[in-house]
Amino acid sequence: MSVGKLRDYHAPVWDESVVMQLGYPGRRGQIFPQPEPEVVAAIGRARDLVPEAMRRASPPALPELTEPEVQRHYLKLSQQTLGMINISLFGTCTMKYNARVSEDIARRLHDVHPLQHEDTLQGILGIVHGFDLILRELSGMDQFVFQPGGGADAAYTHCVVTRAYHKSRGELAQRNEIVTSIQAHPCNAATAAAAGFKVVTLMLEDNGYPSIDALKAAVSNRTAALLINNPDDMGLYNPDIKDWIRIVHEAGGVAFYDHANFNGVMGKLRARELGFDACMYMLHKSFGAPKGGGGPAVGAYGCTAALAPFLPGPVVAFDGERYRLDADRPHSAGKVREFWGNIPQVLKAYAWARAMGAEGINEASDLSVLANNYMDKRLAGISGLERSHPGIGVRRMEMTRWSLGKLKADTGIGTVEVANRMADFGIDPFWMSHEPWVVPEPFTPEAGEMYSKEDLDTWVDVIAQISKEAYETPDLVRTAPHNQAIRQIKGDVLDDPKRWAMTWRAYQRKHGR
Amino acid sequence: MSKVPKRSAAQKPPAKSSDPAVIANRETRAHPWMANALDPIKRAMLAEIGAGSIEELFEQIPAGHRIARPLALPRQLASEWELRRHLVDTLARNQTCEDHLSFLGAGCWQHHVPAVVDEIVGRTEFLTPVWGSPQSDHGRNQAWFEFNSQLGELLEMDVVQLPVYSWGCAVGHAIRMASRITGRHQVLVPRLLDPERRSVIRTYCEPSEMASHIEVVDVAFDPTTGGIDLKELGAKLSNLTAAVYFESPSFVGLIEAQGATIAKMATKAGAEVVVGADPLSLGVLKPPASYGADIVVGPTQPLGVHMNAGGGIGGYIAVRDDEKYVRQMNGFLVSITGTLKPGQFGFSLASSHQTSYGMREKGRDWTGNSVYLWAIAGAVYMSLLGPAGFRELGELIVSRNAYAVQRLGQIKGLRLPFASGIFKEFVVDFGATGKSVTAINEALRRKHRIFGGFDLSRDFPELGQSALYCVTEIHGKGEIDRLVDALVEVLS
Repeated sequence: MSVGKLRDYHAPVWDESVVMQLGYPGRRGQIFPQPEPEVVAAIGRARDLVPEAMRRASPPALPELTEPEVQRHYLKLSQQTLGMINISLFGTCTMKYNARVSEDIARRLHDVHPLQHEDTLQGILGIVHGFDLILRELSGMDQFVFQPGGGADAAYTHCVVTRAYHKSRGELAQRNEIVTSIQAHPCNAATAAAAGFKVVTLMLEDNGYPSIDALKAAVSNRTAALLINNPDDMGLYNPDIKDWIRIVHEAGGVAFYDHANFNGVMGKLRARELGFDACMYMLHKSFGAPKGGGGPAVGAYGCTAALAPFLPGPVVAFDGERYRLDADRPHSAGKVREFWGNIPQVLKAYAWARAMGAEGINEASDLSVLANNYMDKRLAGISGLERSHPGIGVRRMEMTRWSLGKLKADTGIGTVEVANRMADFGIDPFWMSHEPWVVPEPFTPEAGEMYSKEDLDTWVDVIAQISKEAYETPDLVRTAPHNQAIRQIKGDVLDDPKRWAMTWRAYQRKHGR
Repeated sequence: MSKVPKRSAAQKPPAKSSDPAVIANRETRAHPWMANALDPIKRAMLAEIGAGSIEELFEQIPAGHRIARPLALPRQLASEWELRRHLVDTLARNQTCEDHLSFLGAGCWQHHVPAVVDEIVGRTEFLTPVWGSPQSDHGRNQAWFEFNSQLGELLEMDVVQLPVYSWGCAVGHAIRMASRITGRHQVLVPRLLDPERRSVIRTYCEPSEMASHIEVVDVAFDPTTGGIDLKELGAKLSNLTAAVYFESPSFVGLIEAQGATIAKMATKAGAEVVVGADPLSLGVLKPPASYGADIVVGPTQPLGVHMNAGGGIGGYIAVRDDEKYVRQMNGFLVSITGTLKPGQFGFSLASSHQTSYGMREKGRDWTGNSVYLWAIAGAVYMSLLGPAGFRELGELIVSRNAYAVQRLGQIKGLRLPFASGIFKEFVVDFGATGKSVTAINEALRRKHRIFGGFDLSRDFPELGQSALYCVTEIHGKGEIDRLVDALVEVLS
């Protein structure tokens, strides 16, 4: 494959010290008002008001910097972060434009306290309820809550709701198993275990998903729930999903749809119409809220009316005239996080859904599947690459799991090395795969609807270039990156308790600097 | 135009600008957020794929799975102006703690957020990334390390992980860590615990039907001080106790003067000592590790994050650099390391295999997206304050609370039961006024544009008609006097 002309890129190199090394004794970045003379006269010195046994003995060893010094330090660090300035096709995470108008408007929530009286919250409660209605229409569910602080927390919420549901039927002690698949996100298995369930994991067959027979063998009167995604991260849609849910229901379990991979199916199907009892959407992925390098995030959790009494409260309710926070929910499973959610992110997701409308949402799923299939076609022409489950000829959904197993066998260059080298072209390193790797040396691009055909071509060109380098100059790739803020990190320290240092004070103690 | 760099074929427009198809495209209303929403591009991509239509690409989904009726959503607002107008108009129905004087705290607090913090967390580079690599996102990883390092100095602890969703979630994980470490399944918590945190803790400790259930047992408070009742603590501690959890400052604002005694008693019983602490208090208060804490947790929102209707919250977890604890951490640990270039620093995840990403259901609880942008806010905030700022802020908060307590205590009918040795919150008992907290707060809000304290009467009936008031650096003498005057009028 021919490679288009690639950008001559280099990241900013600031060689910036750790903030703990900066400053000068006595410099201040913020000062606070002095207590008023009348206050001092009335109550005396502040330090005398702290019980002597609890007074801090020596000041914390924090840096002492002026305000502009702090600003410039963190501006430099921001410049040494790629962010979404160029092209990031990070699979399973659905990279989208995060509209600045939403960021601007969200400032109006800065000084809102979650325990304010409902009369003072009618605007934001209206937005939350309005977005609840939008998600109900997309999913067919009856009620959404926004308390979970991420996708994994929404999976946890489902496990918690499942507990309360079975408890209400007197079956919780008996129903102590949750079924999931090896291709489901690790958080499904992990949160099920953290909620106290045993985890039953189904393995994949040649067609890319577990067999119905395996599912039948796994479910019983001990089954509490099924946690599953569809399509999976390989871009494969399980056509038997309705039968799966029927089998779980017949066994008495509830079925949860991890809708992390929503972008390819939004507007195309509804979770409820497939039979699911509950689902979750990641507002920081599918709904255009920013990721913040890992939150604040929202796993919007929705369920049927049968499960709704068990939701964590409060739930935003509307009586036709007034919005309120309904916390009087005697069957609630209890809270998974304080208050009612990362509300600015809900506002941004609502804004995204309103800006897109039904027609925009449908077009976005069209374009994301179109883009992935276009990339599939181009990537297939690059040496050393192979699609996961190559025997499956169907067109994949909005992402595809690829394998660099052949490249690794041919050249010794695997997926970690390729990811490192990508950054030399200003392209965000790709997502590889969740554990366990079901294909060798995996990577998983997801184009989404935002990026142009030109962007996609550039991304594929970069992969083609790195493949070429792997065959011709493998050391160039092995020692990458070369054009980044720093060189390749040394990983050996990271699992060595004698040398790892999670804080500067630990570093100074262990490394004597 | 010879200076314009040459672009690859892929970056050229599809045709000359005189092409009728291009002109037709210019008359479309293609959505501003979707670059390929143009027929010629779609056709070109379909041609490359070898498909006749986009519909063909959905071949995996059985017809019977497709949506039963078309989406019925509110009207599209694709123009930024219409969208902005709609959002602004809707949010105008809110009232805020900026246009009102607020004394609400109870898990989310109004502090001053320096403008530089807002600038840095609003930077696209920090706002938008998903993960990247230690090299491509070096600056973000360094900022994370600087958050953990600075919080580590305030706490005098060597290991701080990236924040979890909230303080309550941090307590939940810490209790579960203690249960794994000790093999025991009971935790002692203070009766005077934030009801929101309590609910989360109970969720994390699982219902009694689960094999890994952890029993949550209340320890009464000393009715004269509001602190932990040591006699009851002694009676309830046993070889079943996995952890004792207490807070200083506590939910009711009290600086727990018996911290060292409580820690000693718990340790003697073989239990882990889990302490919750507001980091803003640590400029003036001893770090919990110095009086015996094994695991320290607390809120991150006070460190430069706006309240955001509760969307500003986060929780930290810190431990000693001891594998007994470190190997039980659920979240991401960021270590400093070297690079191929001698003397250069890099930052990456340490001991990461133990997380749910590495070990699925065998990992330590779970992790994932959390509130990592707020770690950057906290890093900036702590750098701005420095040691002198934390001391000055802590002393200011303490003195303003003492002043508020003194003034409110002079109002006839008000009783401030636990107000000796407090940090930024305190209980006001309105019982003797014959008025309910609900009625008082309603009058404060409607007549005086004041949000009164959090009503404790529902969750703590033993405290009667009491409210939890929060006073911070944003409440000057004038604001406190205004509250006093308003209360005098409301109660007259």
